[in-house]
Amino acid sequence: MNHLPLIIKREYLTKVRNKSFIIMTFLSPLIMIGLGTLIFYLTQLNSNTERTISILDETGSIAKVFTENVDEDSNTKYNILEGITLEEAKKQVEAAEEYGLLYIEKKEAIEDISTHIKFYSEDSPSVTFISRLERKLSKKLTGDAFVSNGVDVELVDKSKMDVTIVQESFTGERSSKYVNYSKLGFGLAAGYLLFMFIIIYGNMIMRSVIEEKTNRIIEVIISSVKPVQLLMGKIIGTSLAGVTQFLMWVTLGGIAILVFSAVFGIDLMGAQAQAIEQQALLADAGDISTQVKIAEIFQSLPLGNLVVAFFIFFIGGYLLYSSLYAAIGAAVDNETDTQQFMMPIIMPLVLAVYVGGFTVLEDPHGTVATVFSYIPFTSPVVMLMRIPFGVPIWQQLISVLILYITFTGTVWFASKIYRVGILMYGKKPSYKEIFKWLKY
Amino acid sequence: MSSILQAKEVVKKYGDYTALNNVSIDVPKGSIFGLLGPNGAGKTSLIRIINQITAPDAGEVLLDGEALQQFHIKDIGYMPEERGLYKSMKVGEQALYLAQLKGLSKSEAKKRLEYWFEKFEITDWWNKKIQELSKGMAQKIQFVVTVLHQPKLLIFDEPFSGFDPINANRIKDEILQLRDEGATVIFSTHRMESVEEMCDHIALIHKSNKVLDGKLIDVKRQYKSNTYQVGVAASDNAQLRKTLNEKFELTDASFKSIDDDLKVNIKLKNGDTSNNLLSFLTSKGNVNHFVEVIPSVNDIFIQTVENNN
Repeated sequence: MNHLPLIIKREYLTKVRNKSFIIMTFLSPLIMIGLGTLIFYLTQLNSNTERTISILDETGSIAKVFTENVDEDSNTKYNILEGITLEEAKKQVEAAEEYGLLYIEKKEAIEDISTHIKFYSEDSPSVTFISRLERKLSKKLTGDAFVSNGVDVELVDKSKMDVTIVQESFTGERSSKYVNYSKLGFGLAAGYLLFMFIIIYGNMIMRSVIEEKTNRIIEVIISSVKPVQLLMGKIIGTSLAGVTQFLMWVTLGGIAILVFSAVFGIDLMGAQAQAIEQQALLADAGDISTQVKIAEIFQSLPLGNLVVAFFIFFIGGYLLYSSLYAAIGAAVDNETDTQQFMMPIIMPLVLAVYVGGFTVLEDPHGTVATVFSYIPFTSPVVMLMRIPFGVPIWQQLISVLILYITFTGTVWFASKIYRVGILMYGKKPSYKEIFKWLKY
Repeated sequence: MSSILQAKEVVKKYGDYTALNNVSIDVPKGSIFGLLGPNGAGKTSLIRIINQITAPDAGEVLLDGEALQQFHIKDIGYMPEERGLYKSMKVGEQALYLAQLKGLSKSEAKKRLEYWFEKFEITDWWNKKIQELSKGMAQKIQFVVTVLHQPKLLIFDEPFSGFDPINANRIKDEILQLRDEGATVIFSTHRMESVEEMCDHIALIHKSNKVLDGKLIDVKRQYKSNTYQVGVAASDNAQLRKTLNEKFELTDASFKSIDDDLKVNIKLKNGDTSNNLLSFLTSKGNVNHFVEVIPSVNDIFIQTVENNN
């Protein structure tokens, strides 16, 4: 008798109908958007703080860079002082509670000026603020130095060369650092997604196994179905609930962003239209770089391979880990006892995400990245990160093979523990004891 | 009478610990079979093997003459001692689910559930969650779920625990009726009075071994000690006691009586019969009370377990 569909259906419906599941499904996107808005608002607030600084410029020629060509979005006001001494200026600035005083000392040589500029303030000023001042002054002084050295500034500007190295593999695939960044982005996104999915829904499976133990229904159930069937039903049912929740989030997230932008007047569509118009203009003008870049990125990604591999590795990795989560659930009586068994599961996952992230960034085909993309506990994450950079099919096949063979092993292992563990009550098992269960 | 269930030389080991050591039982069709034993004797291990929750390390179990197989689960209804239901699931939905796991179709399960719910007058519980019900109420649902698929063999582990006397009686009557309709019942309990009342066969497992089994009547015959409880009113009770003491083994007895009786238990010696004793007693005085002392299941249980320690 195959009860698997029945079990999957029950697991799915119980999860989906659960109040906290429903609340989380609808609340999570709102929380995420709220958090995003808050962070956005706070940073705005921070950089919106109006500042006034005074400038005492003894040379009389430099301070004007701050007042001429003022950036519109700048929120710093510049107040040029004239005809007073440094001491007077300091007192005045302090009395007016201004942010600080920029003091440019008069020197003969431009080099000397550049090394004798000072900034006085009550609190130490922000790093970005100082570097902004430095950039402006440096540009102005460099220009002055060019002029005083008899260099034609226009000629210098014309002679500036931007270099972007075009990368091409021997087989003729072109790429560039933008393409590589976006590849890394794809890889990281896929890896993180799997990581989050395993942690959230793996825990859910574990809890549902524990629930069956604490409700004492397990003996009734397994007098009707085989433990392996129950285990698989749980894993599949919970995963389907996870996929449902995920799709809901994507949909709700999309709707929420639309509503949000409509309410707060951020004209996303307009902005997009503008961007498109701009692009069209640029294209007309013969500068097609942006469009080419986007097209290039999509062309260079092995999309077909990526999609297929994503599903295969995602499912394999998820099943591998969730069977372990189920085994933990079977071994313990309540959630607090799960801690000692969680570490060995989380560790390889974290390792995969971080080691994967760093080594793939460094060298997608280096030894470490390659080895980690074979080890079944890290391969789903690391291989997904590597694939955008092009991994030979045979490597992918070997990795998939190892992953699925290991999965069969963990399911065997999990169902052994499951079979014994679900009937054990009131004991907090040790690793030694669990090892013994394997032989029952 | 043919057997519905036969366990032959069943061995089950957990690591170094032997839970069942060559245990054989034979459950006749249509009987109520009491599976007895102290805590930790191995009863639950045996029941789990019958339910195919675990497999025996050696020996075999036959259901209706066939070796146990996966499809037999629909022929067995099991109510474990550690019972439970999904707390957050609705009663009706849950009962349907469990019935479907036993191989009933959804419509058939629904029809039968309606019958049982009406019988127990619990139809308005259908949409309640288990966590809203009391323990006894949940037990009723558990009972219904156990018997719903009309199994040939019903296994109850402590079926009356958690029930008030009225509902316990009700469940007892239902079990007896199911037996009358052709089901066989295996019954594991520590409540000896229900064994006494309901079981016609028993088996006693102690320290992983079966130490006793058979028809309850035969077991009792085997354990009876030819003792009679008598109440005799004689002119001189003290004198009578003395005379009796010379011929038989005497112990004091106590029972209710309206007469001024000498109350004793008299154990016959080999060769004596109850008629000899009775005629002897009638010659000495008025016999108001004469009952054979039949060992209770409780006595047999304690005696057997102590003898085997």
